[in-house]
Amino acid sequence: MTTLLQQIANGLVLGATIGLIALGYTMVYGIIQLINFAHGEVFMVGTFGGLATFRWILPSGIKSQWYLALPLMLLGGVIVAVVIAVIMERFAYRPLRNAPRLAPLITAIGVSFFLQEAIRVWFPNADSAQPFPLVFIDAQVRIGDISVSASGVLLIAVSIVLSVLLTQYVSRSRMGRAMRAISQDPDTARLMGVNPDRVIVLTFILGAALAGVGGVLYGSYITNVDNSIGFQNGIFAFTAAVLGGIGNLRGAVIGAFIIGLIKTLGGQYLPGGSSYDYVWIFLVLILVLVFRPQGLFGEAERVRA
Amino acid sequence: MKGRDVRNQTAKAAVLVAAGALVLAACGTNKTESGGGGGGQASCDQSKGTLVVGVISPLTGELSALGKGIENSTRLAVDQANEKCAVKGYKLAVDAQDDQKNPTLGAQAATKLSTDPNVVGVVGTLNSSVAQSVQPILAQKKILQISPANTNDTLTKGKDFATAPKRQFDTYFRTCTVDSLQGPTAADYLTKKAGKKAIAIVTDGLTYGEGLADEVTKQAQKNGAKVVTREKVGEKDTDFSGVIAKIKPTNPDALFFGGQYPQAGPLSKQLKNAGINIPVMGGDGIFDDKFIELGGKDGDLATSVGAPTESLDSAKAFVEAYKAKNYKEGFSAYGAFSYDAANAIIGSLATTLNGGDWSDSKRADLLTNVGKYKSGGATGEIAFDQYGDSTNKVLTVYQVSSGKWSAVETTG
Repeated sequence: MTTLLQQIANGLVLGATIGLIALGYTMVYGIIQLINFAHGEVFMVGTFGGLATFRWILPSGIKSQWYLALPLMLLGGVIVAVVIAVIMERFAYRPLRNAPRLAPLITAIGVSFFLQEAIRVWFPNADSAQPFPLVFIDAQVRIGDISVSASGVLLIAVSIVLSVLLTQYVSRSRMGRAMRAISQDPDTARLMGVNPDRVIVLTFILGAALAGVGGVLYGSYITNVDNSIGFQNGIFAFTAAVLGGIGNLRGAVIGAFIIGLIKTLGGQYLPGGSSYDYVWIFLVLILVLVFRPQGLFGEAERVRA
Repeated sequence: MKGRDVRNQTAKAAVLVAAGALVLAACGTNKTESGGGGGGQASCDQSKGTLVVGVISPLTGELSALGKGIENSTRLAVDQANEKCAVKGYKLAVDAQDDQKNPTLGAQAATKLSTDPNVVGVVGTLNSSVAQSVQPILAQKKILQISPANTNDTLTKGKDFATAPKRQFDTYFRTCTVDSLQGPTAADYLTKKAGKKAIAIVTDGLTYGEGLADEVTKQAQKNGAKVVTREKVGEKDTDFSGVIAKIKPTNPDALFFGGQYPQAGPLSKQLKNAGINIPVMGGDGIFDDKFIELGGKDGDLATSVGAPTESLDSAKAFVEAYKAKNYKEGFSAYGAFSYDAANAIIGSLATTLNGGDWSDSKRADLLTNVGKYKSGGATGEIAFDQYGDSTNKVLTVYQVSSGKWSAVETTG
């Protein structure tokens, strides 16, 4: 029983990380039907942004006070992630807005490799794994026999709060309405006075900000980062977005938690153990695509970001 | 409705592309750093041209600390040979190829080196899994290969190495020792010296880690200890909470990790964070300062091949010469073995040529001469047995104390 609960807790932490990335995937897809494969790398770049902030910007007096250090690192990570995402949108995707679907998709993969290599080559010593500071409280939260690090709990809490805020923003605010309008019918939305370029950039910014937050929190949970963390988590996040019904915000988050739980519980209880946990994740993805191609929430919910 | 169909198709296409990207990621980039190693002296006769000592090791990526140590140590040996005019009439150079611990890239590197007729021998690889794909390519062209670091037994003696050893490639030699010695040493230390009774085993699923873990398991069980669980982690995993939660209820008093430091360091740290205070032990693959930097804690153990380089008399000259060169990276776990491997290539080459000209037809003689090679090296006496294994069987157990590796026991 303890093991089951512990694995569920671990799965929730993983799901929270994936969820923060998956939201960006699903939003961008909802607006311009682009699978932004470079989004996982935006997450990774955010992590390194937070690391750079800690190493070179924070004065040493602040480093040990998490309530100052963590928000500043989050800010640093978010700024870096957002700047990269905006540049990416402007120079890689916007020129291809009216090109065939496959062109921006391949471009996204190119951008993804570019960002990975850029970090490896230009971030000092990033050609191998780098220790990431454990900025948040260095403690274990114990509930009964299960324990999760405080950073893990923070990750879950932030992830849930941010997804709720995002959903509210998209469904309530003026800009959110513009986003949904563009998603439903870009041409009519334009006729109604919505500026698609602005809305699309905003979508990228929101997605990147979430990924940046996720990246910094994930870094301080894992305490070791390298330039490939974005790839693996990005693939999981993409899978989560498809699983939940791509284009659907709530679906992405729920999909992310499902994947987190499959990975840890599958590794515990299914044959093959932890060496086969990826198999179960992608098996579920294939089954969902076969029997429900639109994803779990693809039809019922029409709230597209 | 048409719009949604298109979207679904895109999603499906994207899944395919994602699968493709997974495969591609395994390839990464192929960074080449070539040549230019030998600062030859004008006093030597180098009229016949340049011969090349190849290096195949991970020069970038998470194992670059070890890989660069191999490259630099080879460069050192080649530079010294040029200064001493070791090979008459020829200048020696180094061509270092990056394998990023990836067998596919290793095969590419081997193919590239094997198309250069001036490559006399290759120092490498670091990983046993990469060696498996490099060996046949070099063997086909009869190119000498000496590994400073492959400890997997099957590379020299084949699948039934314990019962029916059979030499696999007559081009392949190694200067380090093997897992069938390393594993038992580790298991003996854990069970006899440290008195551990319940050992959890975790591997990274690669050739080296699996082979080493098998040997540890066998010996530990022979010594009366229990292997309580055996788990596998992904090569790119960073979050080990799932595996740790699985290990916890089995109450191990030590954990053996078959793999390398990029996973071992974080694993050790996450174990401690999860409240499991047991030492992590590994083989030569975790014996690096980076292990401690990434989370290895005091009390963690590692076996490594050879006696501690810094303490060995025969190694002191190597260490001093290495320091004098001011390489950016340290010589790491396999530096001295690489230096010895390069010297074995150069020494045998000098014997083979004996003032004559290099040609492809000399390769067979070169292999014979390496088999007979005998010389004092940085790691002790360097010679090879009939399988190509080093006759040097020394192993050392190291422990992390006050944030540094220190030798606790040398055997063999």
